[in-house]
Order: sequence, then structure tokens, then C-alpha cells
Amino acid sequence: MNRFKHIIIKEFIHIRRDPASVAMLIMMPLFFMLIFGYAVNTEVDQIYIGVLDGDQTFESREFVRSFITSDYFQLYTDVSDTSELQRLVEKGRIKTALIIPTGFSKNLTATGNCEVELIVDGSDPTVARTALQSANLLSKAFTMKQRMEQGIYLSTNVWYNPSMKSTIFTIPGLIGLIMQNITVMLTSFSLVREREKGTIEQLMVSPIRAHELILGKMIPYIVVGNIDFLITLGIGILYFKIPLMGSFMLLMILGNAFIFCSLAIGMMISTISKNQLQAMQMTLLIILPSVLLSGFVFPREAMPLPIFYAGYLIPLTYFLEILRGIIVKGVGLEIIYQQALFLLGFSLILLTLASVRFKQHLE
Amino acid sequence: MNEPIIILDKIQKDYGDLKAVKEVSLSIEKGEIYGLLGPNGAGKSTTIKMICGVIKPSGGTGRVLGYDVYKHSNLIKNGIGYMSQKFSLYEDLTVIENITFFANIYGLSKNEIKERIVQIVEMAGLNGREHQLTGHLSGGWKQRLALGCAIIHKPKLLILDEPTAGVDPVSRRLFWEMLFELSRQGITILVTTHYMDEAQSCDRVGFIFSGRKLIEGVPKALIKTHNANNLEDVFIELVEEVTHTSIKHSFDNLRFIKEKEAKDESI
Repeated sequence: MNRFKHIIIKEFIHIRRDPASVAMLIMMPLFFMLIFGYAVNTEVDQIYIGVLDGDQTFESREFVRSFITSDYFQLYTDVSDTSELQRLVEKGRIKTALIIPTGFSKNLTATGNCEVELIVDGSDPTVARTALQSANLLSKAFTMKQRMEQGIYLSTNVWYNPSMKSTIFTIPGLIGLIMQNITVMLTSFSLVREREKGTIEQLMVSPIRAHELILGKMIPYIVVGNIDFLITLGIGILYFKIPLMGSFMLLMILGNAFIFCSLAIGMMISTISKNQLQAMQMTLLIILPSVLLSGFVFPREAMPLPIFYAGYLIPLTYFLEILRGIIVKGVGLEIIYQQALFLLGFSLILLTLASVRFKQHLE
Repeated sequence: MNEPIIILDKIQKDYGDLKAVKEVSLSIEKGEIYGLLGPNGAGKSTTIKMICGVIKPSGGTGRVLGYDVYKHSNLIKNGIGYMSQKFSLYEDLTVIENITFFANIYGLSKNEIKERIVQIVEMAGLNGREHQLTGHLSGGWKQRLALGCAIIHKPKLLILDEPTAGVDPVSRRLFWEMLFELSRQGITILVTTHYMDEAQSCDRVGFIFSGRKLIEGVPKALIKTHNANNLEDVFIELVEEVTHTSIKHSFDNLRFIKEKEAKDESI
């Protein structure tokens, strides 16, 4: 019994002596409860809407106001032509667009009914469904308020994913998530393993430079990452029948920007952690929140603002926008160049940090 | 006159408040075998790392192979061979793969690599085992292969950090025969060890204790001037002098063992 007690005491000492693990033990539940609690929310509200008011009358403004004063929609911007609306939808800035034709008010008073067009981005079916339902409800309410007989006819137009199949939303996301997990895991072990085995010492006294070592270790994993990317894409397109609307070449090029970025994250972990176990823990600490914050499962629009912005710190967020943009919407680089630049920027910052960390660690 | 291979002048290394190395000066001539001795944690490894250009000193000056340790660590790294107590070759690579990897790190040409692989395999007695995984080799072989990889680029200075720790006596003797041969070829060797028989084989030894160099000299002369039987006695005497405690005395404090003995006797 005494022996047993002292094993327990010894284990507690181990935990106490390892501040990184203690921090992890306390931070994990805190961190995850907060993130999961806020991000796991399928009730979408405040959907960004773009408005093209071709009528500009009291009635048309009242109609728009009934949309944006509701909790369901939030006005992103007023636009003056349809090409601008299209651009905003492609970029993912707005999920819905309301187009009010000229003569809206005149028709309404003359005939008592009028047609209004609602465009919905179907690439995220959860958001799309909420948008459709809410828009219908709001139109009916407006009709009732105006005491009209027939009222407003809402002609809806779902873009990209007219049948609103959820696989079209989830599969590209899954491709991104799997790519991230594999690549981060791969590299996070690479330097740590050398440290554990002691082989790093031999490399340190050789003329190898820190950046040579770090990049040299990454290149093979870039090859592996590309193979994985092709496999996941192949399954998505051939087996799950997700149509690839955009350019395959562009997808591969930007995919490599993401692979590079994930590998850099892994390398960063590798320079920080002392052993493979710590590397594994840190990898999980990055993977789990990114599942939620990147918008992989739950629409980011539904998240509270701080959580929404936290998503921008995660490279996967940008990659999901790229994947869904190219695969589902068929957009070109001019729409998603910002995401691509972010990924490259992230990679450069992380690699520089990893190199500096590595040099410090030698001391 | 030729400049010594290693000149350190009052070199220091601090880690925050901890002074790992305190004003150590050292001068090692070409072709010398110099033994750096001292207990674990005395500052030997830190001193070696500063000589290798792996860590920057906090103070003092140093030149290795004619290059400044602060500014030209990469030139120094190119000219030294290093081997540590830890077996630091890749266990999941074969003998040939390990040699090829290290040869390429030092930028040897294809022909040089081909030529030297044969010679190193020969030297390490690994004929017929070229394609075995290094992890499957026995300790003595691994150690000779590590030495081979450390000298593949013909370094002018060979630095060995407890190279024979945990190796059997026969392999140890064989290893030192190789060191003597390398020294005859004009290669300077800096070695740390805990084995006093090895220390006595060095041309000169220096003894480091808690970050300071206490004494330096030719082993035989040191034994003579201190009126001791061997180097071990010289160093134990020195440590006792510095710490003002007798190494025997600290054992006397363990009264509970003596008490037990007394009881046993009374029975």
C-alpha cells in the first residue's frame, strides 16, 4: 500500500516538474470548452447580405430595412450593379444578395405584387437554407404589414450548389483538414527525433546552416504532401462525385502553398518541443481548434466576433476558402489571391521563427 | 612560427546567473593529443562547444585553426571533426549511407567519397557489413564508424567528447591506437575522458573543475610534482584542496551505516 502511495507521489512530481504539461492540462479544458462552446453553433444569424436596390423608393428601402434590421441578415454593402454582387459572392464576402428591380414601388401600389430576386450562395448548405427560410419569412411579414393581397414574390436563385447537397460543402473541407493534420504531424516529429537520438549534435558541429537543415527536412514532406493531396482530391472527385469547377493547376499550386505552411507549423513545433510526446501534444493543440475555427464544420458566420477573428489566425481557414472557392465556385486567382498571400506570409514568418528558435536552442 | 591550433584566452560562458565556464585559457599545438579532464558538469562540454563554434562565448577571446570563434564559426566547423559520447550516427541508415551522408555535408567530391568509403570501412573493420543497418552493429564497431565519419573530411582538429564511454577495454585500446596514428599524421586531438589510463596516454592534460582550469601539464610530470601514484590521486587531491572537504570525510557523515555495523558486532 505504501509502495502504491509513493508511486502516486512520484507521478505527481513528474507532472509538477514538467511545466509544459501542466500548462497543457489546465489550458486544454479551458481553451476547448470556450472554443467548442462558442463555435459549435449551427444556428446561423447575421448572414452578410449585399443589396442592389434598383428602385430607391420609400417602399424599396422599407423592404431592405425589414431584412437588415432582422437578426438573420446583416448588410455588407449597397451595390449598384450585378457584376459587383457576383464578385462579392465569389469572394465569399456575402452569402446572399437581394436584387430589387426598378419599378418595385410602382408595381406594388398598382398591382399589389412584385417580384424580387434573392441570390443565395449554396456552397455552405446550412447558411443557404437559413438564408432562404428567413428571406421567405421576412417577405411574408412585409406583405402582411403592407396589407397587400398577393404581395412580394421572392424568386430565389441558389448558386454553385443548387441542390444544396452537404457533401459539396463537407468534402472540400475534409480535404483541407486531412492535409493539415498529416503535414503538421509529419514535420513536428522530424527535428525532435534527431534531438532525442542525439544525432542533432553531430549536425550542429558540421557546417550545415539552420535554414539548410530546416528546408532540407521539409522538401521530402512536400512530396509526400502532394501525393496525399492527389489522393484526397481523387477520392473527393471520383468517389464522392464533387465536381471540380475551377482550374486543377491553380488548385495544385495553392495546395502547395498550404502544404508549405502546414509543414512550417510542424517545424515550428519541432523546434519548440523537447521530445516526441510534447510534439504530439502540441500538434493536437493546433489540430483540434482548427477543426472548429476554420469553418470546417460550422459556418464561421454563426460564431461570435472574437472567435470569428481567431479563425483568421489559422492557415486552414484560408485554405478552406481556397478549396471551396476553386472546387465549388470555380473562381480564379483574382478572387482568392489574398488567401494565397496570407498562406505564403504565414509560411515565411513561421520558417523564420523556426530558424531563429533552432539557433537559440543550440545554445 | 606557426600559430597554435587552439588558443583560448580567458574564455567564459554564462547561462543567466550560472557561470558554466570561468576564464579558461588554453593553447594546443599542432599534432598534440590534449586531454580535457574533470567531473561531469565541470564545464568540459561547454568549453568544447565554444571551440567547435556551436555556442558563442560570453567573454574572452578565442581562435581555432586561425579563425575567430565569434566571427568565423562556419570556417571552424569545416576544419574540425567531432565525435561525442552519444552514438550520433543514424541507426536507421546503413553503414554506407551514413558515411555518404556525412561526406556530402562536408562537400566532398564523388571520387573522394568513393575512395574514402572503402578506406573507412577498412579502418573500422566493417568489410562485408557495408549494407547493414548501423543500429545493428556492436558498440566497438559503431564507435569506430563514428570516428571514420568524424575524420572523413580530413579535419586538422579532431574533438572527441568522451568517445570511449561504455565501450569494452579491447575496443578502447584499438580506438586509442587509431588516435595515436592520426596524431602522427599531424592531426591535433582534443579529447575528454573519465578513464585515467586514457588520460595518461595524452601528451598534455588539463583539469577543469566547476568552470575553472585548475592545473595543466604533461601527465608524468604532474604525478611526480604532486608526489602521487597516478593522475587520479592528483585530481582528487586538487578537488579536496579547492572544496576544503575530504572526499573520504563526506562518507563519514553517513553515521547510520556505522551504527548498524556497531550493533551487528554487539550481537
